[in-house]
Amino acid sequence: MTVADLSQRLARAGVRLTAVALAACTTACAGIQSALVPAGEQAERVAVLFWFMSGGAVAIWIAVVALALFYGRPHEAAPNRRRDRWLIVGGGVVFPLVVLTLLLAYGLAMIPPMVARAPEGSLMIEVDGEMWWWRVRYVRPGQDSVELANEIRLPVGEPVQFRLTSDNVIHSFWIPSLGGKMDMIPGRVTYLALHPTRTGRFAGACAEYCGTSHALMRFYADVVERANFDAWLQHQAMPAATPSSRLAVEGQRVFRATGCGACHTVRGTDATARIGPDLTHVAGRSSLAAGTLTNELDPLLRWVAHPDRIKPGVHMPAFGMLADDELRALAAYLQELR
Amino acid sequence: MDQSRGAVSGPDPEPLPVAPPEEVRRAQEERLMTAWATPTGWRYWSAVNNSVVGLWYTAATFIFLAFAGGLALLMRIQLATPGNDFVSAELYNQMFTVHGSVMMFLFALPVFEAIAVMWLPQMLGARDLPFPRLSAFGFWAFLIGGTFLSGSIFFNAAPAGGWFMYPPLTSEYQTGIGSDIWLLGFSFIEVAAIAAAVEMIVGALKCRPPGMRLNLVPLYVWYVLVASAMILFAFPPLIAGSLLMEIQRAFHWPFFDPAGGGDPLLWQHLFWLFGHPEVYIIFLPSIALIAMIVPTFAQRPIVGYTWVVLAAIGTGFISFGLWVHHMFTTGLPGITLALFSAASEAVAIPTGVQIFCFIATLAAGRVTRSVPMLFTMGTVVIFVLGGLTGVMVAIVPFDFQAHDTFFVVAHFHYVLIGGALFPIFAGCYYFYPLINGKELSPRLGRLAFWLAFVGFNVAFFPMHLAGLLGMPRRVFTYPEEIGIGYLNMMSTVGAFVLAAGVAIVFWDLVRPKGHQPYARRNPWNAGTLEWMQEMPGKPWGVRSIPEIDSRYPLWDQPNFLRDVDEGRFYLPDAEELRRESIVTSVVDAQPVYVMRLPGPSWLPLFAALAVGGFFVFGTYHSWWTALASLVVGIAIIWRWLWIGSAQIPEKPEKSIGLGKTLPLYASGSTNVGWWGVFITMLAAQTAFWCLVFAYFFYWSIHEEFPPRPSPGPGVFWPVVGGALLSGAWGLTVLARSHNRGDNARGFYLSLGGAVVLALAGIAALAYGPWVTGLNPETHVYPATVWVLVAWNAMQVITGVIMQAYCLARRAAGHLTARYDADLENTLLLWHFTVFTAVVTVAVIAGFPLVA
Repeated sequence: MTVADLSQRLARAGVRLTAVALAACTTACAGIQSALVPAGEQAERVAVLFWFMSGGAVAIWIAVVALALFYGRPHEAAPNRRRDRWLIVGGGVVFPLVVLTLLLAYGLAMIPPMVARAPEGSLMIEVDGEMWWWRVRYVRPGQDSVELANEIRLPVGEPVQFRLTSDNVIHSFWIPSLGGKMDMIPGRVTYLALHPTRTGRFAGACAEYCGTSHALMRFYADVVERANFDAWLQHQAMPAATPSSRLAVEGQRVFRATGCGACHTVRGTDATARIGPDLTHVAGRSSLAAGTLTNELDPLLRWVAHPDRIKPGVHMPAFGMLADDELRALAAYLQELR
Repeated sequence: MDQSRGAVSGPDPEPLPVAPPEEVRRAQEERLMTAWATPTGWRYWSAVNNSVVGLWYTAATFIFLAFAGGLALLMRIQLATPGNDFVSAELYNQMFTVHGSVMMFLFALPVFEAIAVMWLPQMLGARDLPFPRLSAFGFWAFLIGGTFLSGSIFFNAAPAGGWFMYPPLTSEYQTGIGSDIWLLGFSFIEVAAIAAAVEMIVGALKCRPPGMRLNLVPLYVWYVLVASAMILFAFPPLIAGSLLMEIQRAFHWPFFDPAGGGDPLLWQHLFWLFGHPEVYIIFLPSIALIAMIVPTFAQRPIVGYTWVVLAAIGTGFISFGLWVHHMFTTGLPGITLALFSAASEAVAIPTGVQIFCFIATLAAGRVTRSVPMLFTMGTVVIFVLGGLTGVMVAIVPFDFQAHDTFFVVAHFHYVLIGGALFPIFAGCYYFYPLINGKELSPRLGRLAFWLAFVGFNVAFFPMHLAGLLGMPRRVFTYPEEIGIGYLNMMSTVGAFVLAAGVAIVFWDLVRPKGHQPYARRNPWNAGTLEWMQEMPGKPWGVRSIPEIDSRYPLWDQPNFLRDVDEGRFYLPDAEELRRESIVTSVVDAQPVYVMRLPGPSWLPLFAALAVGGFFVFGTYHSWWTALASLVVGIAIIWRWLWIGSAQIPEKPEKSIGLGKTLPLYASGSTNVGWWGVFITMLAAQTAFWCLVFAYFFYWSIHEEFPPRPSPGPGVFWPVVGGALLSGAWGLTVLARSHNRGDNARGFYLSLGGAVVLALAGIAALAYGPWVTGLNPETHVYPATVWVLVAWNAMQVITGVIMQAYCLARRAAGHLTARYDADLENTLLLWHFTVFTAVVTVAVIAGFPLVA
């Protein structure tokens, strides 16, 4: 192990400690979207970089301001060429040249691992940016991909490769706790490799302004143990549950009659359209409407009746014209899609 | 280390040893007053003199500052608490778009031009800028375009694509007129900004006082020169990009649409190729005010004059190599990221040099307390922090997290408010006595400073943290769960405190000062020429134009004010009651001719209305009305040139005093108009090369470009077009030599023939893609070919109008063998036109052969 490695590890350990301390001393879910409470290798490295740079910046700032205030105080002094040279050549040229060169060397060395792909055989997830939600596909070698929406689950301690696209406007995929962001650009494919280091729920967001409800284009990423992950993915790959309660059966009828299948897929039924999010396991997700609502009955009813009141400009039409019992039946059906 | 006062001994003429008699002086002053009188009553608005136009211009930019600042306060109310619904998402998105756009295009950039219009001639001891009507036109264009843009938000029709207007959101998904307003409205303002830049460059290079060699030029003028030159090369990429996007929106040519082979990233390259230099175009002329203030309050010449000048120039150059740092997260290759990261760090060095030169000047000074110095210190404290966070975001891995978050919002507000607003407020307190002879209140100034300084930091410092805690930019709301509510509440409170400070500055500027005594002349005991002005000033600017042999003539040249006031220097009189100023040579500032300047005129206002009509009607895609408006605009500009430009003087030369006699007319590269054309053509070339860049950018992203089986425009017709246009150029050259030989027949024949060849040439150039059936709606290849042809058409039509103008001028006797400035300028334009045509033919006909 080299000295550099050792210092990296020490620093990372320090950041993890800070993270735990921060998480402990604030409310339970603070830092859920924080680049300073890292839970991934990339985010950890950047957090270390940030603290180093901030420390340096504060020191330099204090020094320059002190010089300016000291020399700018009301006083009288004689010209002094030596002092001028020290200030201009030393402060303006030599010092920044040295500091910036060192910083740049450090920063550039970090680039290759950040833009590198995850190792061959890593978990591959394709994410499409939509207006304003996320279409997520888990690629399973040798099997069908599994499509879901607005939800990402990752096994802890393993690299994961994201393949990012958009066929509408530019979005940017960002889970601050795990690492940096990457734009999703129409006509191009971009890649982002992440490596979660601890379990937990982390929030993600679209970072590129993408229209009216850009602020409400969010999601959660759950980092879990491998076994847990496998079970979850296996469940996600299954077709939708058949409605059991009488109300839910009625709800499926409403779903069909109202034409929900013209936009949504519920795998295992005749609803196979791909305009809106896949609803096969919608009831099992951590949020509704791309990280905007809690996944409960009341928000679900409000969403289906008037999605535009929750997410301005949303493409989904309002179904407030449905009778109250129809809406409730529909919600019951959706809530059985676990 | 350059610490001398720059005094150069030489054979420079000395002022008259004895002042002219009192009655002679009084008569001179009366004549000067008659020539330079500011019109009164409603005719006041036809004024074109720099001090009047500069004042309107500055006032208008401050109104836009207040407007965009008001929007910011509303946004801060919306963001004060999580999940707030004070404004709707649609309105919020319009607000941040308009806030950013207005601050950049209607405040930060034009305020520099406004201040420069106001003070540049004063600092150069000139009586006006070289093209006073152009400054007035620029102001009116700015006011019309700015009002149109800002007003749109009251009709819920404002652009909502962000000030960066990324397609495809803005090109395909926002179907209202908001994007058109942005694209066309700002193109109009950008044209006005380029016009002002041309004026500044010619002013700084050709209108200096005799003896003010380049190494004696006030630092402010150097900064203005650098920033104006940057405008020439930074704005054309945006104009080219806006042209492409507006064509896509109006006619569905798929420049940014991947379905037609386009690429949204091309816009990002063009936009940031403009957008990054723009930041320095704002910063340099603002810090230039500090470069004037610091020596005055240190009572010493600037330490490291050469360092500052070289640093400013260096910053200008480097700033064109940084644009990709706005695109670090677009998936570009690692090597590209590394190169632009390094360049972005490098720009910190010249910036640091400037700051340390200011500190060194203070260190060597006799510093006194003052409000301008207070704001200067605020600048250092705030701007340096913004610079340091800039160094941080230029490091690629950190930018992956910080990019598009509130960290960046904090960073650039530290840079722009610290690097532009505070220096401008320092400038307000410093320069105000030159406006109406009164001083601003130091008490209000100190109060305003502390409110603004504390409010600013309370508002913007927490944003660094909010961004790292996960707050993306351009969000109209945020959830409570990410724990940034308290930070945003702090920012909102701070924003209102900052606004209170700004409001006090505004009040101090406009409050009635009738009872206040006039300031004494040169109240700060400054050393530079603008402080020659009497309190209050006279419209003629300077009583006699001095001979300069120091950087700080008021400190160094003995009896300087007396000699200027008593008319012991040049041009102390206006014998013919005409507005006149001296044009000097670029490097040594040797007087070369006396420039006659036009007086008050309504034409700039009318021209701005008509040309503005083109852009406003264009916004509504009412193309014929737009075209008609443009034709009217061209007619007005024709008239404007006809009656006020390249006038044949009543005598060939006149005495300017001190035994010097100068011609009253100049042609070719001596003439300021020739420089104006040359510099404007540099900007036009830059826009053209951006279109060529687009062609090769598409080539680089496509396996096959031109795509098979596209026929392309062929070789024959483009080459014919190029040959005919070369012929038109050759005949224009011939026309000049006929004119010089006073061969009227030869002149009319060759220039008339040039017009015919030019029109035939552009027709042939367009016939190539037409006859081969290139449909620009299908793919970017035909679209790019057509855009290149269209650019040529525009340039050729301009050239033809100028040729027709020369024909008419000669027929009317305004252009002769000896007085041929119009023809020289036309020929200069044609040099550029033929070059453009040859490059176009090589690209559209030649490149497919080798691709």
